[in-house]
Amino acid sequence: MEIYELTVHELIEKLDKKEITKEEVLISYQNRIDEKEKDVQAFVTITQQEAKDQLQKIQKEENKSKLAGIPIGIKDNICTKGIKTTCASKMLEDFVSPYDATVIKRINQEGMVCLGKLNMDEFAMGGSTEHSYFKKTKNPWNLNKVPGGSSGGSAAAVAAGMTPWALGSDTGGSIRQPAAFCGIVGLKPTYGLVSRFGLVAFASSLDQIGTLTKDVRDSALLLNVIAGHDKKDSTSVQKEKEDYVATLKNDVKGLKIGVPKEYFGEGINEEVKQSILKVIEVYKELGAVVEECSLDVAEYALATYYIIACAEASSNLGRFDGIRYGYRTKQYENLKDIYRNSRSEGFGPEVKRRIILGTYVLSSGYYDAYYKKAQQVRTLVKNEFAKNFEKYDIILTPTASNVAFDIGSKINNPLEMYLADLCTVPVNIAGLPGISVPCGLNKEGMPIGFQLIGKPFAEGTILNAAYSYEQNTNFKNNKPTFKN
Amino acid sequence: MQVSKEEILHIAKLADLNLKEEEIETYMGHLEEILNFAKVVNKAPIDGLEESIGVNEAYNIFRKDEIIESFNRDELLQNAKEQQQGMFKIPKVIN
Amino acid sequence: MSREDYEVIIGLEVHAELSTKTKIFCSCPTEFGGEPNTHCCPICMAMPGTLPVLNEKVVEYAVRAGLATNCEIEQRSKNDRKNYFYPDLPKSYQISQFDKPLCKKGGIEIDDEKGEKKTIRITRIHIEEDAGKLNHDEFGGGSLVDLNRAGVPLIEIVSEPDLRSSLEVDHYLKKLKSILEYIEVSDCKMQEGSFRADVNVSVRKKGETKLGTRTEMKNMNSFRSIIRGIEYEIDRQIDIIDQGGSIEQETLRWDDVSGRTFSMRDKEDAQDYRYFPDPDLVAIYLSDEYIENIRKTLPELPESRKERYRKEYALSQRDANLLTASKYLSNLFEDTTAICANAKATCNWILSDISRILNEKELEPSQIPFSSEQLAKLISLIEKGIISSAIAKKVIEELFEHPNDPEKIIKEKGWIQISDEGAIKEVVLQILEANPQSVADYKAGKEKALGFLVGQAMKQTKGKANPQMLNKMFIEEINK
Repeated sequence: MEIYELTVHELIEKLDKKEITKEEVLISYQNRIDEKEKDVQAFVTITQQEAKDQLQKIQKEENKSKLAGIPIGIKDNICTKGIKTTCASKMLEDFVSPYDATVIKRINQEGMVCLGKLNMDEFAMGGSTEHSYFKKTKNPWNLNKVPGGSSGGSAAAVAAGMTPWALGSDTGGSIRQPAAFCGIVGLKPTYGLVSRFGLVAFASSLDQIGTLTKDVRDSALLLNVIAGHDKKDSTSVQKEKEDYVATLKNDVKGLKIGVPKEYFGEGINEEVKQSILKVIEVYKELGAVVEECSLDVAEYALATYYIIACAEASSNLGRFDGIRYGYRTKQYENLKDIYRNSRSEGFGPEVKRRIILGTYVLSSGYYDAYYKKAQQVRTLVKNEFAKNFEKYDIILTPTASNVAFDIGSKINNPLEMYLADLCTVPVNIAGLPGISVPCGLNKEGMPIGFQLIGKPFAEGTILNAAYSYEQNTNFKNNKPTFKN
Repeated sequence: MQVSKEEILHIAKLADLNLKEEEIETYMGHLEEILNFAKVVNKAPIDGLEESIGVNEAYNIFRKDEIIESFNRDELLQNAKEQQQGMFKIPKVIN
Repeated sequence: MSREDYEVIIGLEVHAELSTKTKIFCSCPTEFGGEPNTHCCPICMAMPGTLPVLNEKVVEYAVRAGLATNCEIEQRSKNDRKNYFYPDLPKSYQISQFDKPLCKKGGIEIDDEKGEKKTIRITRIHIEEDAGKLNHDEFGGGSLVDLNRAGVPLIEIVSEPDLRSSLEVDHYLKKLKSILEYIEVSDCKMQEGSFRADVNVSVRKKGETKLGTRTEMKNMNSFRSIIRGIEYEIDRQIDIIDQGGSIEQETLRWDDVSGRTFSMRDKEDAQDYRYFPDPDLVAIYLSDEYIENIRKTLPELPESRKERYRKEYALSQRDANLLTASKYLSNLFEDTTAICANAKATCNWILSDISRILNEKELEPSQIPFSSEQLAKLISLIEKGIISSAIAKKVIEELFEHPNDPEKIIKEKGWIQISDEGAIKEVVLQILEANPQSVADYKAGKEKALGFLVGQAMKQTKGKANPQMLNKMFIEEINK
C-alpha cells in the first residue's frame, strides 16, 4: 500500500513505529499531486516549497504533537498568512491575507504541513466547483463528472489521495455533498463549534468550517484540532473541549434513528434510495432502533436558505470594492467606476446572481415579504428538528438525492442546481451537526452517501454512529478509477 | 413574481454592479424564477413565530476594553492597488 | 410675510465619540491623531474573513448616557448592518442599531427663548461605529483613505423635533455636551469631531399643524456654524415659500466660508440602507441589576450641582448656570473654593477673565493649563493685598502662557504690590504737586478728581501700588 492511500490515523501509527518518516509522507503526497493534479485540477495554489520548509521547521522545533508533519489541504476561502487566499475568484486572484485564520493557527500549532489551497465554487457559492474562476475540478471516480461543491477541490483531493485530509466550509451542504459525490467522509460541525475567524464569509449565520477525510476516525481526529471557543468570533460557543476520538465506540445498540419520509418521495434517484435503505438495514442489524419520522420543512428550508444566504452574502461581499485589496478595474475615471467596474469584472455570474437576489430581498418594500418571513421559517425549521430530537438521537437522510452529475449539465439552470441542496440545507438553517458517510456505488461506479444529523453539539453521537456503520461495512475497498 | 427591467437596474445600482444588456435579461429571468420558488416561505405555518437572529441563543458576547498593539501598516496595505503616504489612493471624491 | 409669521421646527441627531480606550469591534486604540492607518488592524480594515466583537465599555457608556438623559433602557437589543458604499466605510456597511436601540424615550430640560424651562424629548440613543477619513491629495489630484477613525465608537442621540430656534439648539447642545462630559462617556472635543450634529430644519406658517418639508445639514462641528447654518436655512426656506416655491427634502452641506448651504447628495442616488440584524454579532441582554449598577455610579449631574451652588455658595442663578455648564469649569470652581474658601471671588475670576481668555484663544475649558491650587493661590494673594486685581489680571494671562506658582510669577516679574507707607506717600506727594487743578477740583466737591489722581499714581507705579492705601492717603494729604 502506498503512503498516500493511508488514513491519517494509519500514518500516525506507522510514524510512531518508525516504519515511515515525515519526509516520506510529504514526498508521497507531493508526488501524488504531481501525478494526478493535471487530471483532477483540485488545487488553486500548490505550496510545494513552503511545505518542505514548514516540515523542516517543525522537525527543528521538535513539535511533539502526534500530528506534527501530517500534511493537509486547505479550502481556498480560509485565510493563510503569506499564502494566497483567492476564494477561487478573479476578485481575489492575488490576495495575500495579512493574518492566519484561527483554524490555521490551530493546525500550525499541531505542526501540520499545508500542501496547498484547494479549488471551490467562487466564494463558496455553488454545488459543483464549476463556478471557480480558475479551473473545473474533476471527480476522481469519473473525470467527466463534477466533484460536487463548493468544497469540490477539498473532496476531490482527498478522494484522489493528493492530501490525507482537508478543511472545507459548509454553508448549505458544501462539505457533505462533495464528500458524498467523491466517496469520502464530510463533517459539518454545529454552528459555533469551530471559529469562523479567517473564513471569508459567504453567509455568516450559516457558514461553518469542517472536515473532509478518508474515514470517520480521521474526522474525529481533525475535529479535535479545530473545535473550540475563539474569542475573536462572537458566534463561537464557550464549551468544554471534548475528545471526539474517544466517542468512537462502534456501538449503536438502542440508538434511536429517525428517517424522515419526505426525503424518499419523488425526486430521489432510485439507486440512491435503495442504497440508503440498505444503510437502514445495517443499523437495524447493529441494534439501533430505526423509525420513519416526518420533517415536513425541507421545501421551506430551501427557500429560506436562499433568501438568508443571499441576503447575508450581498452585504458580506460589499467590501470587495477594489480599494484596499482585490481586483481593481483598468476602466475608471471616478470612484463610482472603480466600485462598479471592479465588482462587475471581478465577480463571476453566480456570485453576481446571488448578490442581486440578496440585495433584492433586503431592499425596501421586499424585506418583510422575504427576509423577515425567512427568519421566521428558520425558527420553524429549528422547532421541527427539536421536536424530532425529542424522540430520536439521530436523523438519517440521503446526503444528496442523486450522484455526481456531468460537468456542464446544470450550469445554466441555477434553480435546478439550488434544488439539489434539499437534503443538506435544513441542517445549516438549524445550525446542527451533519456528517456524510459513503455507502456504496451506483451501477456507473459513482459514490453514494448518507447523512446523519445530530442535536446541537452532539458531534460525538453522529461520529460514533457513522463509525459503527463504517466498521461493519466495507466501502473502503472501492477506489477511484480516474476514468474518462 | 414579475421583475421589471427598472427594478433589476435599481437593485444592481444598490449593489454597485454594472449589468450588460444581455446580463439584464438573464438575471431578470433567474431572479423571477428563484423568487417564485422562494415564495413558498409565504405558505409556511409561521404565525406567531419569532424571527431567528442567527442560530445559537448566545447573548452578551463582549470584549474587554483593552488595547492590543495595532498591526504593521505595510502588511495592511500590501494588497492595495494604489497607495500613497500610508493611505489607500482613490480618485478624487467630490463632496 | 415676515419671519414672525413662521414657526421653526428643528430636530437634532448628535454623534458623540465615546472615550473608550479601544474601538467598538476590535482592540485598536481610539486615540486621536497618529500617522494614517497606524491605529488599524485587519478587523477595522475589513479584511476578508474578519469578525467584530463588541467592546463591553461601549454598551456601558451608552447606558450611562441613556440614564443621564432620562431614557428607558431597552433590555433586549441588537446590532444591525446599514449597507451603503463609500470609501470611508471599509465593510460597505456600518454596524449600527436599527429597530432596537439601547436607549429610548428620554429628554433633557433646557431654558427656552424666554428663559423658561422646556423639555426636549430624546427619541433614542444607539451605538454605532465611526467611519474613516478621506484626505485630499494636494499633488496627485486623488483622495487618500485613512482608517484610523474607522470603528471608533459613537453614540447617536436623536431628539424629537422639539426645538424652535437656533438659541434653543444652542442651549440643548450645550446641555447635552455638559451631561456627556459629567458622566465621562465622551470628551466632546468639537474641533476633533468627537461631538457633532446633523441638523434637521423645517418651517411652517404659524397655526399650521402639518410639519413642513425638512432639510438636513450633516456633520456640523462647531456651535457657531450650527447657529449660522440654522439661521441661513430658516431664511432660505422662508424665502422659497414666500415666493410660492416648495422645499425639497435633501441633505445639505454647510459651508462656513461662503456662509451658505449646498446640496450634498446625488438626487438619483436613492438611499436604501437595507438594514438587517448583523449575523456576526449576538443579541444584547441587559439585566435590571446591570442597569441599576450603572445608575448607582452616575456622578452628580449639572442640574443638581446648580441647585447646590445656589444653596451652598449663594451664587446667583446665572452664575450657577454658567459654571455648571462645563464639568471642567465647575470642577475648577469647586476645587479652588475648597482651598481658598472664597467662592464669590473664584466664581468671578472663572466667569470673567478665565472665560474671556478661553474665548479669545478658542480653547475648551478642559484645556485650561493651570491647576486649582494655582488659581487659589492667586486669589489669596489678592486677599492679602500682595497684588492688586490689575496685577492679578496679568498673572492670569501669564498662567495661560506659562502655568506656574503665582507667587513665583509675581516675584520674577517684579509685580509685588507696594504697601509700604513711606513709598506710597512719596508717590502721592509727587502726584499732588504735579496736578494742582485736580486737587482744587476735589476740594470743590468733584469726587471724580480723586479717581484721576489714584489713576495717575497707579500709572507711575505700573499698577503695583496698593489702591486702598493710595485712596486713603490722597484724602489725608488733600485734607491736611
